[in-house]
Amino acid sequence: MPVFNQSRSRIILLIFLITFLVIIFQLFYLQVISGKYQQLAIDNAIFPKIIYPERGIIYDRKGKAILNNTISYDLMVVPAEVKNIDTAEFCRLMSIDIDQFKERMLEARIKNTSVRPSVFTDLLTPELQARFEENSWKFPGFTMVERPLRIYPYNAAAHILGYISEVDSKEIENSGNFYRMGDYKGKTGLEAYYENVLMGQRGVQYLIKDNRNRLVGNYENGAFDTAAIAGRGLRTYIDIELQQLAEKLMNNKVGGLVAIDPKTGGILAMVSGPNYNPNDLTGPDKSKNYSRLALDVKGPMLNRAVSGNYEPGSTFKPIGAMVALSEGVITPSFGYPCGGRYTLCGHGKPACTHSGGGHAANLRLSIANSCNSYYAHVYRLTVDNPKFGGVKKGYLKWKEYLSLFGLGVKTGVDLPGESNGNIADTSVYNKENNGHWTSCTNLTLGIGQDKMQTTPLQMANAICVIANKGYYYTPHFVERIEDETEEDTALMNRYRIKHEVLTDVPDTAFNAVIEGMNDVVKFGTARIAQIPGIDVCAKTGTAENYRIIDRKRVKLPNNSMFVCFAPKQNPRIAIACFVQNAGFGSTWAGPISRILIEKYLNDTLQTRSVADVERISNTNLIPAYFKRLQYTTDSTRAYKWLEQYKDSSLLKRFLKRSVVSNQVPEKSPFHPEKEDRKKSTAFVLQTEKKTTQNNTKKTT
Amino acid sequence: MSQQPAISSKFDRVLIGIYILLVATGLTAIFAATYKEGDPIMQSFLRFGTDYSKQFYFFIGGLILGFLILLTDSKFFAATANLGYAIGIFCLLLVFPFHSNIKGTESIIKLGSFNFQPAEFCKIFVALALAKYLSLPETDFTKTRSQLIAAGIVLFPAALTILQSETGLALVFFSFFIVMFREGLPAIILWVGFAFAALFVSSIIIEPDKLAIALTAIAVLLIYIFRRQIKRKRRILINIILLWALCVGIQRFAVPFIFKNVLQKHQIERIYNLFGKDNPYEEGVVITDQASSKKAKESGSSYNVRQSKIAIGSGRIWGKGLLKATQTRYDFVPEQRTDFIFCTVGEGFGFAGSVVLLLLYLFLLFRIVTIAERQRSTFSRCYAYGVASAFFFHIAINISMTVGLAPVIGIPLPFISYGGASLLTFTVLLAILIRLDADRQMVLR
Repeated sequence: MPVFNQSRSRIILLIFLITFLVIIFQLFYLQVISGKYQQLAIDNAIFPKIIYPERGIIYDRKGKAILNNTISYDLMVVPAEVKNIDTAEFCRLMSIDIDQFKERMLEARIKNTSVRPSVFTDLLTPELQARFEENSWKFPGFTMVERPLRIYPYNAAAHILGYISEVDSKEIENSGNFYRMGDYKGKTGLEAYYENVLMGQRGVQYLIKDNRNRLVGNYENGAFDTAAIAGRGLRTYIDIELQQLAEKLMNNKVGGLVAIDPKTGGILAMVSGPNYNPNDLTGPDKSKNYSRLALDVKGPMLNRAVSGNYEPGSTFKPIGAMVALSEGVITPSFGYPCGGRYTLCGHGKPACTHSGGGHAANLRLSIANSCNSYYAHVYRLTVDNPKFGGVKKGYLKWKEYLSLFGLGVKTGVDLPGESNGNIADTSVYNKENNGHWTSCTNLTLGIGQDKMQTTPLQMANAICVIANKGYYYTPHFVERIEDETEEDTALMNRYRIKHEVLTDVPDTAFNAVIEGMNDVVKFGTARIAQIPGIDVCAKTGTAENYRIIDRKRVKLPNNSMFVCFAPKQNPRIAIACFVQNAGFGSTWAGPISRILIEKYLNDTLQTRSVADVERISNTNLIPAYFKRLQYTTDSTRAYKWLEQYKDSSLLKRFLKRSVVSNQVPEKSPFHPEKEDRKKSTAFVLQTEKKTTQNNTKKTT
Repeated sequence: MSQQPAISSKFDRVLIGIYILLVATGLTAIFAATYKEGDPIMQSFLRFGTDYSKQFYFFIGGLILGFLILLTDSKFFAATANLGYAIGIFCLLLVFPFHSNIKGTESIIKLGSFNFQPAEFCKIFVALALAKYLSLPETDFTKTRSQLIAAGIVLFPAALTILQSETGLALVFFSFFIVMFREGLPAIILWVGFAFAALFVSSIIIEPDKLAIALTAIAVLLIYIFRRQIKRKRRILINIILLWALCVGIQRFAVPFIFKNVLQKHQIERIYNLFGKDNPYEEGVVITDQASSKKAKESGSSYNVRQSKIAIGSGRIWGKGLLKATQTRYDFVPEQRTDFIFCTVGEGFGFAGSVVLLLLYLFLLFRIVTIAERQRSTFSRCYAYGVASAFFFHIAINISMTVGLAPVIGIPLPFISYGGASLLTFTVLLAILIRLDADRQMVLR
């Protein structure tokens, strides 16, 4: 027996043992101690697929869906599976060229690797969809995937409903990464305001992926999956037929219109002109349309009904009267001997359309005749009330009254982007007048001028206060949310509070103002608003406009304004209508409002009104200066493009023509796709702001 | 032949049992790694369509081959050992003119539809030849000459294999030094080898200058400690200085030389990857298509280890279950049915399953050593140690590389990895051992 060196077998066994122990320790570390590998394995192999819930539907007051969902199709491609296809035929079929094809394929590979599906063409038009469906067998690797889409069956209420679009990186960041790339989110209107309600709750489906990111099946047979919960619907006060009619009437006009049910604060219709078809921003052409709308200097995407600042002019007079009445500086029998102009401030301004004849012998008459002197004086009486001790304190009190009417503050409507309007602070007057000013300085505030700016919505709401004799509900669209939760109730409660701002004022005071407004319709400037069988109360307004165009101050046509409510005894609708650069209040805003009242209260139109609808809707009142503005804006942008990118192709189009005003290229010469979208939008909005602020002076 | 029943009762049933168990584990692991939902299992066996069915047939082939070996006279192996070695070397040499370029290796001869890798089965012949030489009556293993001849027997095929760019398979031959150690190779050689390895590793991990300073400091310390002895004997001082010079020389010149001239780029990278370092010997020029694609492939080795660790680590204590292992089932670990098959075990059966497999292997090795020590003839003992060494090396290096303890060297896990050549080679190795053990009372020369 070989015993020689036998002890070394022990050493060898020891080496074996130690090596194995080292391996086991490492295994122990990897598998038992270190927990990170499990997470890494999950990241490696599990793909959480988000299941998108259906967005909530928006209904009008009669339960008609005015914003609904439909299915469109995206053409998806898995680049690795695209083999042996006739690219030329494919391109011809899909109406693209070879370069585009290559570009999109490359993009797909970069975005999602070549083994995962990426969008090749989103939202196929029905025509393309049909063409592809017939030939799909020829093109392996291409598939169609359903994609829910918003649809507006009435082609109306674009500004109210808003639109949805993909979130950008900033929004993702702001949401704390709640949204993910590719998510859709309400950007404006009710879609944005009620995003949390409409959105629903996303579901997650866990899928297994392999080393090349191909999805190969469900993880654990879907044991961890969560289902998507559909968004809840909104029942609104909107009367879609009224809305459609209002949009028709505001066709080719710049301005804003709001119709409210004074009893509830529910908004029945809201129009901003120029308008756009909401379906433009949902279909296959949405980005093209978006660019077109965003670059239009007329600002079709701007909701002027809530964000347009207008001088209210004479339409403010009933409110001025109410302030003075509730403060007790005048009584309904108060009269002012107006001789054609207001003389107490020494400069004989403002002038008045009437002179003598006792046209302002009491409150009711003063409204019916819209006496400027009367209301300038009433304003002065209010702010100079000795009880306040000085004009500045008096002015602050007056401003406080206006805020009770909702002027100068946001009404709190359930739409984003609302404007405050403007009721200037004393500091503004202090600054302009070195601290020394009297009620004469800004006496035209009494007739809705000077620095006073209101939105159509604010005016409609203020009229509601008068119609209701002292109270209002915050104007809002949504009556209730389907399956209301506690959170929703908290959201909705602000619209269910009755704001009893002037209910302590005696009815006699209100009646004087209301009768005066009624007289305006019966005998005054709003005779156009007479409707047989309905007592309409109204007030017209006409504001002069000036604007700097090509460094010259140009007088533009007057803004036409109209506020009204009806019926007198039991108000069911209050309307504020502002039409920019259209003429007298009674010419355009008046008949528009009358037709809407008829439609809402009677559901039918008089023959006269049917004719008026056609006449008004076919009249283009868009100011001519927009053409010139569009031209200068586009060419300026083209020049900036040249400066920034050294690309003169855009500017050349402008240089070919001699610079002649009003001679504008027929189509917008600008290529929107090349331009940074945001920047251009900002640009448009800026110009628009200037437009509204440049309006100036003089009313009747 | 008339004694056959008696002989068959002498076959070591434990080894046969472990063998069957390991191959079954291997089949299961390969099945788990390659089975896709809905594959027709039965049909695949008829059509040789899938890896697990192929491996199953290799297993059947291995059983037949093993049975034939068990029927062979044990004297045959001792008698033909040198011939076999000659054939093996001849085959290795044949590779140079006739190799085909498959998967970046130059070690494969293509014969019709068969791939033939001499370096793989050559270890059988080397184990036998080494045993034969060590068991010769005229061999006196205490003499340096015999030691050099034995080393030559082992290192010659290793050198040929390295020339074929199969470093992994070549390293296996180094494991036969364990056999020589058992037979009396002076321990100092192993110590020197170990010291060199330690120096090698530290010169990778530690910066050259710092290491040189550290070595100098150690030398100074040694001189200080031995100052009394040095006064009496100058030799000690000279020895210390020589040793210091040797170490610094190795660290500063020999290691860079090996990296620059011996090892290939991907091997250097794998070694550096193991220590989490970038390859300092890489030349950052030459960007042709080939170069960049090769580089992408190479940086894949760290990807392999990372994925392998994720797969094993995610198995936790009890594993995810046979077909629920996401990492191995969906191909995150490259080469997982062959070199990285241990991931399937680690992910599917967790720490518990891995330890059971390791203990099974350890038991196999212990059993082989036990068998070796009970042989009467030196030939059988040496051969048994050769088998144990080869198995040990494969197992230790393969599993170490999957858990990130060793650089990625492409060698299979015995009986588990997919591959007919390796399964048959290991089967033959084991079968010969069982055959020799049956005649353990006989003295073979």
